Amino acid sequence: MNEKENAPIRIVLAKLGLDGHDRGLKVVARMLRDAGMEVVYLGLRQTTEMVVSAVEQEDADAVGISMHNAGHLTLAPRIVKALDDAGLNVPVIVGGIVPEGDLDAMTESGVAGVLGPGASAEDVAKCVREAVATRGE
Amino acid sequence: MANENSTVISLVENASKGDRRSVSRLLTLVERGGISAEEVAEATHKLAGKSHVIGITGAPGAGKSTLTASLAKDLATSEYKPAVLAVDPSSPLTGGAILGDRVRMEEASEAGAFIRSMATRGHAGGLALAVPGMVRVFDAFGFNPIIIETVGVGQVEVDVASAADTVVVVVTSGWGDAVQANKAGLLEIADLFVVNKADRPGASDARRDLELMIDLSQVTGQMSRRPEIVMTTATEGEGFDEFKKAIFEHKEFLFEGEQISVRRSNRWKAEVSSRLDYLLSEVAKKSMEDLEEKEGSSPGLIAREMAKNILKKDEFR
Ligand SMILES: Nc1nc2c(ncn2[C@@H]2O[C@H](COP(=O)(O)OP(=O)(O)O)[C@@H](O)[C@H]2O)c(=O)[nH]1
Ligand SMILES: [Mg+2]
Repeated sequence: MNEKENAPIRIVLAKLGLDGHDRGLKVVARMLRDAGMEVVYLGLRQTTEMVVSAVEQEDADAVGISMHNAGHLTLAPRIVKALDDAGLNVPVIVGGIVPEGDLDAMTESGVAGVLGPGASAEDVAKCVREAVATRGE
Repeated sequence: MANENSTVISLVENASKGDRRSVSRLLTLVERGGISAEEVAEATHKLAGKSHVIGITGAPGAGKSTLTASLAKDLATSEYKPAVLAVDPSSPLTGGAILGDRVRMEEASEAGAFIRSMATRGHAGGLALAVPGMVRVFDAFGFNPIIIETVGVGQVEVDVASAADTVVVVVTSGWGDAVQANKAGLLEIADLFVVNKADRPGASDARRDLELMIDLSQVTGQMSRRPEIVMTTATEGEGFDEFKKAIFEHKEFLFEGEQISVRRSNRWKAEVSSRLDYLLSEVAKKSMEDLEEKEGSSPGLIAREMAKNILKKDEFR
């Protein structure tokens, strides 16, 4: 049972902020499960602290956060920093509507990947896999 | 990773100082199996044995996570340091899983409970090996009680829950649920029944069904004690005090006599047995790879010859 090499990727999936429903997040969860990953699903209205303690206790390999409105420029960097401060070296992938002009700022703040609403199941799985592989080096 | 063994040693050291990240890493090593899992097992074995282990099982949707969350939150708010291991099935097709129990355990986590989700990862033997090892990690670093939530459908899941000190079987209001639980083999393992969703019609029917089945099969739990039945509406906190009280009464019952040592010795034997099964099946699998078809020879004869060869080997490290 030495399955170290092929242990599934574990990803924490959460939606930040007070708004919205979880339909989109559930679709992404299913995409990742179907790509062979273990999704620790946190659901709606998560705070930075909740995401950090989930990553710590679940020993997750990656974090996927979804957000509405213009939260990405403040919320995403905050999560990246909080994980860093906690000594958790995991890539953060952001899903949602991020304007083209903000992409550089996102990358600069340490976000490992951005997925728009049109991303296919393949795009989503590939983005997570690459982010985890890069981080693991 | 440079040196697995030194990794385990330093993780154990840090975990002893209360570092939760190290506890989490150790859980992962056990879950993945292999040599480092063995090392973690050896390092934690001598530290463990103090915690009360509670298994909560029942059909999907019965309310196990809601009950587990209330219990963990309540205990974390008082003098306890609870941990939860929430097991959910992996998809047999893709090997992936959606682990959703944490959604209900937010407040418990905020109150200080350590919540860990876990997928069954296909091979049934893996769960039987990993869960006792993960419980031991929690135990070794002072988590108490340790609550295991599993879906009571697969045999392994039922076995895993039944290896707890106190086994709680959750059924819901209405006709038939208790009968299903009986069919799934949950009746024999229960120390305590919860009839949840008592806000719905049929709670007293479910209770009566359970009483009847307990009478008929003279099921008295794994020990000489008739399982108690409590009614709850987990979402409202209704019946929670009775639920908690029943768990602690069972714990007292275990610890005041020699029941606890009987139960733990059974658990120890069960773990040795699943480890032995695992080792033997791995070697068997390996020797099957070299098997060439010998036309006309009896399968039984060939298998006995192979077993003889296997037993001569000394490759169990
Ligand atoms: N009406 C009612 N619903 C409940 C009760 N307990 C849990 N639920 C709901 O039942 C669903 C499944 O609960 P959950 O705890 O996740 O069940 P599990 O699959 O056994 O872990 C959730 O939607 C809960 O809100 C209850 O006592 N009454
Ligand atoms: Mg559950």
